Amino acid sequence: MRQTARIISVYTADVSGVASALFELGGMVVMHDASGCNSTYNTHDEPRWYDSDSLVFISALTEMDAMMGCDDKLVRDVTEAARELHPRFVAIAGTPIPMMTGTDLEAAALRVERDTGIPSFGLNTNSMHSYLSGASLAFAAIARRFCDGRAEREKGSGLVNVLGMTPLDFSVNGSDGSIRAWLRENGFAVNSVWAMGGTLDEIALSGRADVNLVVSYDGLAAARYLKQRFGTPFVAGVPVGREFSRRLAGELARAAGTGADSAACTLRGDAPPKTAVIGESIYSGSLAAALWLQEGESARVVCPLETERGLLSPSDAEAMDEDDLIPALARCSSVIADPMYAPVCPEGCSFRALASESFSGRIYRDGIPNLINKKIELERTDTK
Amino acid sequence: MLEKIGAKIYEDTGVTASEALFPEPFRSGLEYAAPARGMWNIVHTGMLIPESHQIFVCAEGCLRGVVLTAAEMGAIGRLSSVAIREGNVLDGDMEELIIDGASDIIGKLPRRPRAVLIYTSCIHHFMACDLPRVYAVLRERFPDIDFIECFMNPIMRKSGLTPDQLMRRQLYAPLKPLPRDPRAVNIVGSDLPTDDGSDLCRLTRENGFSLNEIARMRTYDEYLGMAKAFLNISTYPSARAGAETLSKRLGQRHIYMPFAFDYGETDAEYAALAGELGVEAPDASAGRDAADLALDRAARTLGGMRVAIDYTAVSRPVQLARLLSEHGFNVTDIYLDSVSGEDRDAFDWVKGNLPWLLFHPTARPAMRVAPRGDGTPVLAVGQKAAYFTGSDRFVNIVENGGLHGYDGIAKLAGLIADAAETPKDARALIQIKGLGCSGGCCV
Repeated sequence: MRQTARIISVYTADVSGVASALFELGGMVVMHDASGCNSTYNTHDEPRWYDSDSLVFISALTEMDAMMGCDDKLVRDVTEAARELHPRFVAIAGTPIPMMTGTDLEAAALRVERDTGIPSFGLNTNSMHSYLSGASLAFAAIARRFCDGRAEREKGSGLVNVLGMTPLDFSVNGSDGSIRAWLRENGFAVNSVWAMGGTLDEIALSGRADVNLVVSYDGLAAARYLKQRFGTPFVAGVPVGREFSRRLAGELARAAGTGADSAACTLRGDAPPKTAVIGESIYSGSLAAALWLQEGESARVVCPLETERGLLSPSDAEAMDEDDLIPALARCSSVIADPMYAPVCPEGCSFRALASESFSGRIYRDGIPNLINKKIELERTDTK
Repeated sequence: MLEKIGAKIYEDTGVTASEALFPEPFRSGLEYAAPARGMWNIVHTGMLIPESHQIFVCAEGCLRGVVLTAAEMGAIGRLSSVAIREGNVLDGDMEELIIDGASDIIGKLPRRPRAVLIYTSCIHHFMACDLPRVYAVLRERFPDIDFIECFMNPIMRKSGLTPDQLMRRQLYAPLKPLPRDPRAVNIVGSDLPTDDGSDLCRLTRENGFSLNEIARMRTYDEYLGMAKAFLNISTYPSARAGAETLSKRLGQRHIYMPFAFDYGETDAEYAALAGELGVEAPDASAGRDAADLALDRAARTLGGMRVAIDYTAVSRPVQLARLLSEHGFNVTDIYLDSVSGEDRDAFDWVKGNLPWLLFHPTARPAMRVAPRGDGTPVLAVGQKAAYFTGSDRFVNIVENGGLHGYDGIAKLAGLIADAAETPKDARALIQIKGLGCSGGCCV
């Protein structure tokens, strides 16, 4: 495996995923990095940066710091900033060099917490995994630190936590509000959304929920923690398309009643798939399911990101690199993907652009549609 | 909803000139990055080499920024990547990863590049990756391609040359000795083309010299021809080290002529250049008068409006503050994280003459929550000054904007006057990466 990309983009990395997941919760995220991670994050991965004052910084690691093991400097600088800015919590996330030098980020966070009294945690990211991995670590850490025993599952309440919502998968096109509206239309009440448009205090009461809706892979680890801690079942799926949204609401009600988890995003037709949907497994799987229910179009997911087989149907595929992707798309006559995948799609295939901030950043942001509880209508073009 | 941290005023957001220390007015620590993106990065600069292709070998997080830099400038077809994963760090196969990855990419390119810039990263440095072997194998395998050793290793930014300086040095690595042309002159290491009307361009061209710079090169052969010049001029501080290396390697003369806001220094620079060219030193009085006139006119246009300057717009923000102040401008704020040695004299002057002037950091964490503007109209010189003051009246240039000499000062004064009268959409403009790059000079 050569791990090359001749012409396609790369996904947002884990360290940015941490920042994206925690962005709206009043904490302080420190990327333990020399330089570059912060500007990459706030230029390409974070559409909320310009108009907010959420605290995301780099540690400005130098060669000498790394060589001499100056973890004291990291702790001192984080502590100083935390004392000045008073965040609700502190998250320290790693990058390649801290990984290579074996920096104990959890120990550093413990020291910050001891010195400031502010809840702090270290996250072992290394910029070599996707945002899903980092956001997953961040959400799980939030669940462990803040979802405590003050709440108990309120069975039959219809309360729902939405887990795994960041602009990297949903942009800032109102999808979060549409999911809230769809839940209400179907008789549910929103307890919290992890983590767009909600607060840390709402999230802290997540144990109350009747059922959890996991809308991307990065919400899964938190869902499992909440299941273990409070017995809350979860359903994996995104309410895209009218009919799939209706079915997903039914799955949520069923899970709330039975306590059994559901991977609703794996619903597929029985015809051989001619369409490939490239992207994050739960969103793409939901889209494939919606296309089948909407117009009998049989589609498979080609997932280039971290996922689990349980979130994919048997016809779906994983393809982490450009070399894997090209053969995975070879038999498809139609592709739905971010526009930056177009150059590696089969010649003459029908291409429907569905941009993702996690892949093309801000380039196509204005055209990212809000498909929540709406008929799927994506414009087709032919690849050359 | 976003939880606001609050509108508290933090200590770390400014220090008066009287209290500011040289060269570091502010403590170091965690760093913030304001959303002003006009400064060029190593991708933009590398793209200046015509008919070249870039290959970055690093972790996904590092690749993300460079790939999207290329995509946003419309040059995604000129940049490829090789992702480093944990296994590569643990297994010790880094050299093979680079060789096989680069070979695979070159084989898939629709057109053979004349040069390939391979950017290795902090990881390679810490692993002591055998880069000489990597380049030896690639050069043997692809003898028709010039491989250029480039670096994306920000962890080394305080160890010798910075990545920016290294990039500007490596930009000329493929140049090989050629017969000397006594009428050819280069400007080296500048991202932006030097303004045709500048004193620098006019003095050389009007005396019959050809003036070449990489931003104007359209073919690889034209670029290689820069080796013929007898004289290299560098005008940007981070270009100086590379220009010295190039000149020494090819036996060319070198003169450093930064864009100065000090008339005496400007006169000395042009006298030195005239000496190198073997021509009579120019009479600077007309240019000086024109600069004074433009500055006075701009000062009248502003009419006492506050002026804020940042280090991304001009390489000598403190010297500019002094010049503007001496011409009646109300300079109140300077945004920088350290004071360069070239600004030392001006810094001392400002301490003595404008002790109330505020120096602000751009990277201190408290700047993230500092109020952006207090409602007072501000004329900002530079994107960061515009952002931090919340001003829509700003001069939108980076890296001196291609300006030089008295003509450059006059034009900058004109830009200031124009900015005071014509508001701009700061939110839209300052977030564009690599100002001037996608305008055609490097794609």
